[in-house]
Amino acid sequence: MQGLVPTATDGNMATEFHNLQELRHSASLANKVFIQRDYTEGTTCKFQTKFPSELESRIERTLFEDTVKTLNNYYAEAEKIGGQSYLEGCLACATAYLIFLCMETRYEKVLKKIAKYIQEQNEKIYAPRGLLITDPIERGMRVIEISIYEDRGSSGSSSGSSSVSGSTAR
Amino acid sequence: MHLGVSESMRECEYSQISTRSSTPMETPYKKKTSKKRKWEIFPGRNKFYCGGRIMMAKQTGVFYLTLVLILVTCGLFFTFDCPFLALQLTPVIPVIGGVLFLFVLGTLLRTSFSDPGVLPRATPDEAADLERQIDVANGSTGYRPPPRTKEVVINGQTVKLKYCFTCKIFRPPRASHCSLCDNCVDRFDHHCPWVGNCVGKRNYRFFYMFILSLSFLTIFIFAFVITHIILRSHRNGFLNALKDSPASVLEVVVCFFSVWSIVGLSGFHTYLISSNQTTNEDIKGSWSSKRGKDNYNPYSHGNIFTNCCAALCGPLPPSLIDRRGFVQSDTPQLAPPTNGITMYGATQSQQSHMFSMESKPICDQDQCIQSTKFVLQAAATPLLQQQSSEPVILTASPENGGTLPGRSALTLGGPCTSLPLGQPTPPTSTPSLSCHEATDMLPIHGHSHTHNHSHPLQEPVAHHHFLTPEEVPSPPGMLHCGSPMGHSHTMQAGFYNLASQDSLHEDSVRGLVKLSSV
Repeated sequence: MQGLVPTATDGNMATEFHNLQELRHSASLANKVFIQRDYTEGTTCKFQTKFPSELESRIERTLFEDTVKTLNNYYAEAEKIGGQSYLEGCLACATAYLIFLCMETRYEKVLKKIAKYIQEQNEKIYAPRGLLITDPIERGMRVIEISIYEDRGSSGSSSGSSSVSGSTAR
Repeated sequence: MHLGVSESMRECEYSQISTRSSTPMETPYKKKTSKKRKWEIFPGRNKFYCGGRIMMAKQTGVFYLTLVLILVTCGLFFTFDCPFLALQLTPVIPVIGGVLFLFVLGTLLRTSFSDPGVLPRATPDEAADLERQIDVANGSTGYRPPPRTKEVVINGQTVKLKYCFTCKIFRPPRASHCSLCDNCVDRFDHHCPWVGNCVGKRNYRFFYMFILSLSFLTIFIFAFVITHIILRSHRNGFLNALKDSPASVLEVVVCFFSVWSIVGLSGFHTYLISSNQTTNEDIKGSWSSKRGKDNYNPYSHGNIFTNCCAALCGPLPPSLIDRRGFVQSDTPQLAPPTNGITMYGATQSQQSHMFSMESKPICDQDQCIQSTKFVLQAAATPLLQQQSSEPVILTASPENGGTLPGRSALTLGGPCTSLPLGQPTPPTSTPSLSCHEATDMLPIHGHSHTHNHSHPLQEPVAHHHFLTPEEVPSPPGMLHCGSPMGHSHTMQAGFYNLASQDSLHEDSVRGLVKLSSV
C-alpha cells in the first residue's frame, strides 16, 4: 500500500481528514481525479460529465453524473442573465455598489448553496466510498477535485462508516 | 474607499463561506497553527493593502497621477468656477458636478482596488495531473513535445486554449496572462496603468463606468469653465476675465487634452461591449470576418442590447483568490506513519522551494544548476516517495533510450541523453538565441507599455519560449534558461516515485550529476 501524503489545501478535506486521523490513519490519499471544465457552451461555468476511469470501481456512474449535473445547474443558476440579475445590477450601480454592504450578491448565495450541497454529497455518498469532493471554488473554478482514499489498516467499511459518523457528529 | 470596503467585506464574507461548511473544530485549529493570510504568499506581482482587502498592480505611479489630475481639476472647478456659476446661472451646476465627481472617484477606486478576476495557480496535484495528460496525449515519444494547446469548440467556433507555463493551467477561453502582474486573468481586457490594475472580468464594468462618467465630467467641466469665462468676459473683457480666474485656464487645458482620449476610449469600449469582445480580441482580430467567412464571435449574445446588459448588469462573479483566507499550514496534520512526517515536510518544503524558484523570472544558469544540485541532494536521501504522481511518468522512458526517466528526459534528460550518447552539440548560435528569447520575456515584465496591451506582445514570445528549447537538442544550461518553470516541477514529479524504480533512479541521478557538472 502506498503511503502517500495528501496535501492540506481544502477545509473540507482537512475536516474529513481530521476525523480520519482520529481513526488512527486507517485511510490515506491514493490518488486525485480532476474533472475539467466543459467550454462547449462558452465561458459559463460547467463541468464535464464524462465518467473518469479511476472512479469506475469506486462509485456508480449515475451517482457521479447526478452530482456533476446538479453542480452544473447550480452554476448556471448563479450566472443566469435574466430579470433578477439585471435588477440587482442596476440597483447596485444606482447605489454605487454600497448595497453590497448589506446584502449578498446572488452568486454568493448560490455558492453557499453549492458548498452545502457538496458537503451533503460527501457525507452521504462519497465518504462511505472512500472519496472526497473538493469545492471547485477552492480550485479557482477550474476543476472538481475528487480525492480517492485507500484503506490501509482495517476494512474499508469501518473507515467509511466512521468518517460518516465523524462528519455527522459536527 | 467605501467601495473598496464593501468589496472587501463581501470578500470577507465569502472567505467565511468556505470555512463555515467545515467543523467548528477545524477553525481554531487553523488559526492556531498559521497566522498568515493568503495574500501574503500570493505568487503574482501585486501589491496588497489594508490586510489584503485592496489589490493593485506593482507600478502604481500613473494611478496616483490620474487621481491627482482628477482631484486638482475638480477642486479648482468647485473652488473658482462654481461660486460664480451658482450665482449667475443655477446652483444645480455644482450639485451635478459633485455627483459626477463622486461617481468618477468611486468607480476609479473600485476598478483599481478590486481583483480583476485573477485565476489562482494550479495546485501541485493539478499540475502533475495535467502534465500526465499532456504526456499521454503526445504519446511520450520524445523530448520534443509540441506547443501545449487544447482545442475546444464553443458554440460552433473552434477556439484554442493555451497552456500557461507560469500558472500551470490551460487558460480558460478569453483568459490571458498579464506579464506585468504575472497572473492569468479571466476575460482579460488589458492592463491599464492609469488605473493601476488589470481590467478583467470582475472590474470591467467599473472601468467602463469610470471612463464613461469621466468623459461626462470632463465635458461638463470644460463646458462650464468656458461658460464662466465667456460670462466674465462679457462684463470685464476677455483678458480681465482670464486674470480674474487663472485656474480656469488650467482647467480648460487639462480638459481639452483629456476629452479627446477619454471620449475616444469610451466610444471604443462601448463598441467592444456591444459586440462582446475584449480589447485583446479586437486588437488581434480574433473574430473579425477578415479572417474567414465563417469567423464569428461565439460569445456574443446576438444583439447589442443583450450584450450591453450582460456586460454591465450581469452577475458579478466572486474573487477566486481568497486573499483574506488563512494559509493552510504544511504541518503533518494529515500524516501517515512517523517516517512519513519528515518526508512530507521535506517534500513540501522542496515543493515550495521549487515553486518559489519558478516564480522568480530569473534566467540564471547558476541558479538553475544550483536547483538541480538541491534536487540531487534531496534525491540522495532515500525517503522521497511521497507524491501522488503515477509511475507512468518514469516507465515511459524506454523509448528515450532508457538512460533517463521519461518525464525528466522530456525537458532535461532529452538534451542530457545527447551528452552521454555522444550526439553532436548544436551550433553555438542557438544557445544565445534561446536564452535571449527567455530573457526577452523578462523585460516585458518590467516595461510599462504606452500601448497598454501586454498580451499580444507576450504571446509570440511565449510561443518561442517553449518551442525553441524543445525543438533543438541543446546544452542543459540553455535549456534551463528556456524552461526554468518546466523542469523543476517535472523533476520533482519524477523523483517521487524513485523508490519503486531503482535502476531508473540510479540512471537519473547519474544523468543529473552529469548535468550539474556542466
